[in-house]
Amino acid sequence: MEQLHRFTATLLASARDLLPIILVVGFFQVVVIRQPLPEFGRVVTGFLLVILGLTLFVRGLEQGLFPIGESLAWAFAKRGNLALLLVFSFALGFGTTIAEPALTAIAEEAAAVAAEGGVISHQTAALEHYALGLRVTVAVSVGCAILLGVLRIIRGWPIQVLIIGGYLGVVVMTAFAPPEIVGIAYDSGGVTTSTVTVPLVTALGVGLAEIIHGRNPMTDGFGLIAFASLTPMIFVMAYGMLTQ
Amino acid sequence: MTLLHDLLATGLSTVTDILPIMVVIFGFRLLVLRQSVVGLGKIIAGFAYVLVGLTLFLVGLQEALFPVGRAMAQQLTAQAFAGTAGRAAPGWSGYLWVYLFAAAIGFSTTIAEPALIAVAYKARQVSAGAIDTRGLRVAVAIGVAAGITLGVFRIVTGTPLYWYIMAGYLMVLLQTLFAPRMIVALAYDSGGVTTSTVTVPLVAALGLGLAGNIPGRSPLLDGFGLIAFASLFPVISVLAYAQLGNWWIRRAQRSKPEQP
Repeated sequence: MEQLHRFTATLLASARDLLPIILVVGFFQVVVIRQPLPEFGRVVTGFLLVILGLTLFVRGLEQGLFPIGESLAWAFAKRGNLALLLVFSFALGFGTTIAEPALTAIAEEAAAVAAEGGVISHQTAALEHYALGLRVTVAVSVGCAILLGVLRIIRGWPIQVLIIGGYLGVVVMTAFAPPEIVGIAYDSGGVTTSTVTVPLVTALGVGLAEIIHGRNPMTDGFGLIAFASLTPMIFVMAYGMLTQ
Repeated sequence: MTLLHDLLATGLSTVTDILPIMVVIFGFRLLVLRQSVVGLGKIIAGFAYVLVGLTLFLVGLQEALFPVGRAMAQQLTAQAFAGTAGRAAPGWSGYLWVYLFAAAIGFSTTIAEPALIAVAYKARQVSAGAIDTRGLRVAVAIGVAAGITLGVFRIVTGTPLYWYIMAGYLMVLLQTLFAPRMIVALAYDSGGVTTSTVTVPLVAALGLGLAGNIPGRSPLLDGFGLIAFASLFPVISVLAYAQLGNWWIRRAQRSKPEQP
């Protein structure tokens, strides 16, 4: 009974989260586009699936992703082996990014841009090679980001120094990188952090900051995602410069 | 029947998305750390929830939101240029609906973004309730709305992307100096979480539609960059949210002694 009650509460919360989208789509359809929604039944089914899916996801978040992230932090702290933790951090960042569908899509578009700009040939092999190179570059950069971010939590380095330093890196790289890669590089920072990675990595960071003496989970625990969205920009621009 | 097919196909791609993560986590857990996981059954059930939930979520988006959103982005951007062919570029007001659409779609998709729900949930838990889940999410959504609107303005005017990004960085730098320390890391994080499953496909469609319809813009070169706006401006808005909150508390404390 209590389970059912909680499920209904989450379901209602999900419906409320979806409400703004429904309002926006409805408003523009009626006021601006002034045409009946095509395939109305399909749209309603779709929104019901979205609400149900979001509800189950939130459930899985509380029961699967958060606990495993936290318990990993505990396990590594108990083991006390920093090198092992850093290897794991890199593997987690690399592993979650290399298979990311949004990244695959953007890498293919980037290859098309590069071919358009005359950097590589229009042949399929050249395009695929470029796209794969870009994906590996981004995955390595996210691996490095999680590694650096975990090291920061353990050592207690102030985040603003590292992030502002990273921004400076982006500024300097922008000046030297070929112009056609800049837009892709800036966007690649945003697509790396998927819906599964974010809760896991956040739970890991906060968990580590809670365990390590003298760290504050609020000021030190967050920030891993920030690194994961910053380093790909620098690495992708470097990739653009190297393949030029 | 096609719905079932979609469900299976998306489910499969979600599995391939989650699989590397599970291999890394459980591989390290069992082989390197040599520890069994406490409550393994419950955690695996949790992963199953995530898997099924994400699959339904994505299929639902593909059914309901993406076709409609893409069609709207196309129609709106085409409408802004209706009757202007051959003449000089249309005035600012011709784009009014496009700007409004950009802001509205940025705000509403961010509120529904699952990764942001996760981070906001964690932030409330860690701050013992000091950070309000809804407040944080609204602050992030306002940032995304502002960012995408400005990004659309950039595509319309054709100004270089890096001007805006540099100005944004400068703003973040200045705010970091004055914002309460406890929010800084969370604010930086909120840039990365805004752009995943819901926002990216719609925003990309808007960017490509705009760049394709405006004379002299290349969809390949100018269509990119909107996501960068959507991940920079939430940092600014969350820092501002904390600064405002602080200012509000200080003002309340200052006015307290005067009350009887």
